[in-house]
Amino acid sequence: MTDTIGNDTLAIAGRDFGSRLFLGTAGYPNQQVMLDALAASGTELATMAIRRISLDGYAESLVDVLNGALGGRVGLLPNTAGCLTAKEAVLTAQLAREALDTPWIKLEVIGDRELLYPDVEELLRATEELVNDGFVVLPYCNDDPVTCRKLADLGAAAVMPLGAFIGSGLGIRNPHAIETICARSPVPVVLDAGIGTASDAARAMELGCSAVLLNTAVSKARDPVRMAAAMRDAVAAGRGAFTAGRMPMRAFAEPSSPQLGLIGG
Amino acid sequence: MTAAASIRVNGREEPLAAGSVAELLAGRGIAEDARGVAVALNGAVLPRRRWTGTALTPGDSLEIVRPIQGG
Repeated sequence: MTDTIGNDTLAIAGRDFGSRLFLGTAGYPNQQVMLDALAASGTELATMAIRRISLDGYAESLVDVLNGALGGRVGLLPNTAGCLTAKEAVLTAQLAREALDTPWIKLEVIGDRELLYPDVEELLRATEELVNDGFVVLPYCNDDPVTCRKLADLGAAAVMPLGAFIGSGLGIRNPHAIETICARSPVPVVLDAGIGTASDAARAMELGCSAVLLNTAVSKARDPVRMAAAMRDAVAAGRGAFTAGRMPMRAFAEPSSPQLGLIGG
Repeated sequence: MTAAASIRVNGREEPLAAGSVAELLAGRGIAEDARGVAVALNGAVLPRRRWTGTALTPGDSLEIVRPIQGG
């Protein structure tokens, strides 16, 4: 997106993104709503999962559906959702690369099936292996500056700390941690998970995130297409505010109007 | 080789009936040029170009996957 101030593209691993919103493809009321939401969001990167094929029948390929409807404008970011170990995640990533012909991977290694919270040890191990295997690794991780730095040191192309539990819509539970990660990270920070509504997405960008990745906030909105457009605007607004630099906060009032020339003095 | 020779396909045990990976996939309607399909044989990715030339042996474990909706 080129705004009125100038070009503000995001670069990850040498690839430029005009949109700073990455969108998931799961849980929409139907396929047409998903496609309309992707289009309305303006996203240039859509996530997908890798799963065993149904051996009962071969269905239409999601990749063909996406490319057909969106004309190849949206890149594909496969994930390793559901993997519990580095070994599973590495094989899933390698299968994703083979299936989609992309080295990009949203790396998820979870340590708890109910909380979907990252398993840091396994995540670091998988990141190292996949980076060494030539992948562009975007790890979903804790909102922990130390873990984020370790991931970047291992060669992650971006880090993707959670705002709150996946699918919770609870917003950014520890904004100070996210702001600290953004201030210190040598690689782009993508807020992943927890976004519930547009103000959460704007907040993430105001805290300094380079992009936002969300899914449920759009797919489970009453009107997903309208929410996708709202998220597009929120991410752009938050980014604008961050680059503009907000005013300092004050504890007391400071009049905006001049104090000279008041009548009745 | 006994009549009980079997392989695992996506976690399900089944009799070994196909000579090659390509033949097994074809039996399920997956052509060699099917888009978006990937295969792992015994825990390692089997590139598409090797589907035809790779024979199946009893005890082999195959994973056949594709991209689906995800977050």
